[in-house]
Parts: sequence; C-alpha cells; structure tokens
Amino acid sequence: MFQIRIHGRGGQGVVTAAEMLSVAAFKEGRHAQAFPSFGSERTGAPVVAFCRIDDREIRLREPVMQPDALIIQDPTLLHQVDVFSGLAKDGYIMINTTRTFDALGIGEFVRKFDPAHLCTVPATELALKHVGRPLPNAALLGGFAAATGRISLASVTDAIRETFSGKVAQGNVAAASEAFEHVRKEIGEAAHA
Amino acid sequence: MLKQIEGSRAVAEAVGLCRPEVICAYPISPQTHIVEALGEMVKAGQIERCEYINVESEFAAMSVAIGASAAGARAYTATASQGLLFMAEAVFNASGLGLPIVMTVANRAIGAPINIWNDHTDSMSQRDCGWIQLFAETNQEALDLHIQAFRLGEELSLPVMVCMDGFILTHAVERVDMPTQSQVDAYLPPFEPRQVLDPAEPVSIGAMVGPEAFLEVRYLAHAKQMRALELIPGWAQEFRDAFGRDSGGLMHTYRCEDADTIVVALGSVLGTVKDTVDEMRDRGARIGVLGITCFRPWPSAAVRTALGRARRVVVLEKSLAVGLGGIVSTNVRTCYSGNPDSVHTVIAGLGGRAITRASLARMLDTALEGRLEALTFLDLDKPLVERALAREREQRRSGPIAESILRDLGTVASKVT
Repeated sequence: MFQIRIHGRGGQGVVTAAEMLSVAAFKEGRHAQAFPSFGSERTGAPVVAFCRIDDREIRLREPVMQPDALIIQDPTLLHQVDVFSGLAKDGYIMINTTRTFDALGIGEFVRKFDPAHLCTVPATELALKHVGRPLPNAALLGGFAAATGRISLASVTDAIRETFSGKVAQGNVAAASEAFEHVRKEIGEAAHA
Repeated sequence: MLKQIEGSRAVAEAVGLCRPEVICAYPISPQTHIVEALGEMVKAGQIERCEYINVESEFAAMSVAIGASAAGARAYTATASQGLLFMAEAVFNASGLGLPIVMTVANRAIGAPINIWNDHTDSMSQRDCGWIQLFAETNQEALDLHIQAFRLGEELSLPVMVCMDGFILTHAVERVDMPTQSQVDAYLPPFEPRQVLDPAEPVSIGAMVGPEAFLEVRYLAHAKQMRALELIPGWAQEFRDAFGRDSGGLMHTYRCEDADTIVVALGSVLGTVKDTVDEMRDRGARIGVLGITCFRPWPSAAVRTALGRARRVVVLEKSLAVGLGGIVSTNVRTCYSGNPDSVHTVIAGLGGRAITRASLARMLDTALEGRLEALTFLDLDKPLVERALAREREQRRSGPIAESILRDLGTVASKVT
C-alpha cells in the first residue's frame, strides 16, 4: 500500500487533489481511497487530505499517519503545522514553491531523506500561467507522477479531465504536464549532482 | 459498472435507481452531499416521475415523507445528528403507522458540545423507535443496503434507516460497483402499499388507540420486526445471486471459526478492525470479528451462534450510554451464552476521534492477557480529564467544561491527525 498525505489551505483544492489522485489510480485498475481530514474547512485554514493506493481492497479507515509521500500545497504551513509527522526515511516530499529547500529554511531537516525523493514545483505559477487562477493541485499531481512513478501522467490528466471540463480541464492538464517535465529534470539534476 | 466516486454520490445514484417518487430533505452535515446530488438528478430529469421537495426542517422532512408514503409514493429522505433528533416525533410516527420510508442517516455525534464528526449516537438514540436499522461497512455496502432497504421496508410495511458513517464513508472516494437500472428493477418490484390514502377508496390512517388495543398494535410492530429477521438472510442471498456481492444480511463474520476472542462492531470501523485482527492472527492470536449489519431488529439467535465458543467478547462501539456504558454490548450480553463478565465494552471514535490500528492492537492485546476492564474508553486523555476534575473539586464556579478543556488542550490546528 502507498499512502499520500496532502497539506494545504482551504480553497486550494486539497480534497480535490486527493480525489483526482484516487481516480488516476482507479484508471490504472488499482484500488484507491481518498478522504479529507473532516474538519469544518474554511478558506485559508490548514486542510489535510489523504489518499491510499493498493493492489487489493483497502479496508483501513484511519488517517494516514505514516505517509509514503507528502504533497505540500502551501509552504507557509511548514512552520505552522507538523507536516512531516510520520514520514518514512525513504518518503517523498513535494512542495509547491519557487524556492529551494534551503531557502525555505528546511535544508538541514530534509538532509536525512533521499535527495532523489525531494522535489519543489512552482505549481502556483504554473496554474496562473495555464489556468489563470492560483490553484496548484493539478500541477502538483503531475509532479507527483514524475517524482514517484507510482502513477502515469496519462492517468493524472484523465482524472483531471474527469473532474473539470472545457478550458479549466485543458489548463490544468497543461499545468500538470509542465510540472511533470519540471520534476523529471529536477530529479535528473539531483541524480547527476 | 465500476466507478471511483464519493460515498454520498454512490448512495444518491443507488437511491435514484430505486425509482423514488418523493424525496424530501433538509441539509445537514455530513448528509448534505447525498441530498444535493439527488436534487440535481431530479432537476436534470434523471429520476423519472420523482418530486424533490425542499422542506423547512427535519421535522417537516419526515412529515412530508409520511404523507407521501401514506399516499402510496415511494419516499426517501436523509439526515444526521441533531436533524434526526429534531424529527424524532415524526420518526416514531412513521414506524407506528407502518409506512415504508427509507432514510439514510449519515452518522454524526450529538451535541452539546456541538460536533460535526462521526459517531453512532444519533442512530442509537432512535434504536427503539420501531424502524429497521442497517449499518454499512463500506460505500459498496451502503449503496447496496439502500436497494435492499426499499425491498425490505415495502414487503413488511416498515420504515428502514440505512446508517453510514458520516465523513468516513460519506466523504470517502473509493471504488464501487454501481448496478444497472435493469438489475435494480428486477430485484425491487414496484411499491404495492398495504394501506393508501386514495379518494376513490377512502380510509383514514392514524387512529387513536386506547388501552383496549394499544398493546396489541405494539405487539404487531414487534412481530413484524421478528419477521424481518427471518426474511433478511434470504433477501441478502437473493441479492448475492443477482448482483454477485455479499452485502447486507444480519451480520458478517470474519475469522471467527476457531476464535477464542471475538470483536463485535458496526459500520466502517470494521475494516480497520479486520486489518488489526489479521496482524494479531499472524502473531498467533485466535481472534475474529463479528460485524453487525442489522442492529434493529436485533439478531439474537444469529449473534448467539456466531459468538458460539468464544471465551471473550470485546464490543467496540461508537456511542456511549451515559451512566451505563455500552449500548451494543448491552444487546450482545442478552444473547451471549458464556459468562456475562466476559463481554467487554470499549467506547471509541466518539465525535470523530480516529480509531487506529495501533490503539486497537494495544487494547486487544490487553484483552487477550485478561486485563481489559469491563468498560474502557479507547485513547482517553486521562491527564486532560484529571485537570477538569481537579478544577471542579477546587472551585465552585469552575466554568463551562468544553471551553475549559479546549483551553487546557491549546491549539489543535497544528496537529496532523
């Protein structure tokens, strides 16, 4: 079983991201479960959503406390919420930012993780460029596909098209595709560093 | 057809396939997505000959459902928590009149303190209201139970409550197999009411009954529920034959054959319990799970058989009978052949508190060692409780409990789970 925890703020499409990820996994014939952290969400408040992916039926209903991957949609949460709680040493971290881990003030902290599993994606900028709104969720899923290889970009874009329609779908697909390429390059550079 | 959709959406689509004629509801979390989806489906013409009625309260929702059902329409509503309490008088009327309304209860805690999260206090508060109560373990079972509920309710002329865990199921997106319209049509015949308000053949429904026959009317209500116990297993079998799935029935057993210890629970927590039990089995523990699907009528004989040779029973329940302990465990004790002291009550998951494998394994290990108390509150924050108790000992005007305990706890927004 592969478990993903997504952190963001109310209004950033955190719950939708988890749902789209589960749809992408479903399209690959896998079992997936997406659920929110069940708060009374308000715009701007910290929000958490979860996704589990497995090859067999998922019965477990507890929150994801030991994630295999973290997607952080809003870097301002880093110093407010214990987002890294329970993350395994070989876990993936993907942060929506134009800055580096060092510039975010967590360079030292993330040194214990596999550098090939650490990614930054300028997802808000990509969303503004392709969708016209600062909703980073779809772009981050494209980045997630590239970073983890757990899901194909095609399944992610299928899930985006199922969730949105028309221009919004197109824009999000473009944002996810560009994020996918961005992360692929980033990982390549990390491997050669 | 396999779909990856939200539990609420799955239930709404299943209800639509049952060809309801009147849907009346008042929104309340976590039920809202179900009735919103049904409202959209009716408006889009996806449910033929169905009227969606916006009502001003839950009391009105159940009252409209009563009127619709008495007029011979297949009626559906949904609610949760305070909404269920607000309609309570009409809930008793629906069953007392024998009207086969189907209602989803998206299970949620009851205030005060106000809490929107999941537990079973709402449904349990109405356990003796005369409705059939079915509890879903997964979203697949939730949607399947609705199809069975219309069949069961209409055959017996009794209302049916389908209980599904709020948020944990209603807001979870997972795989479901959605049946086709023709499959549902073949399983669920058109509604043929036993009583109907028809101007061509006038009758009155809802007579006042005095001491001369009230007992008899109540006896007949009980007899009907006992009849349900006979019918439900057969219909679940028929459902299995038609849809290829094991959904509904009175109960589900899991690894109980040689079990010394059996965990009894209702609803979505059963999945986490099964995963925990698998881990304990790997360590050599002889432990199994009994999931109660049909809570009312209470399947005494079947529970007695299922608990058979177990030496220890742990009842995990998401509701608290304040001043007594467990509700489900009190029911279990009535049909456990062993020592009643071997039936333990574990109160867990109140107000949305997560029930984790780690906590379950710790508690069940304690049970296997023979050290589990008669009544346990899983993961109770004892220091927090002690501070509140100390405050009350030390000062007369100790203030409101909920506010004080939140101050003691500090900010919770920084916590992940």
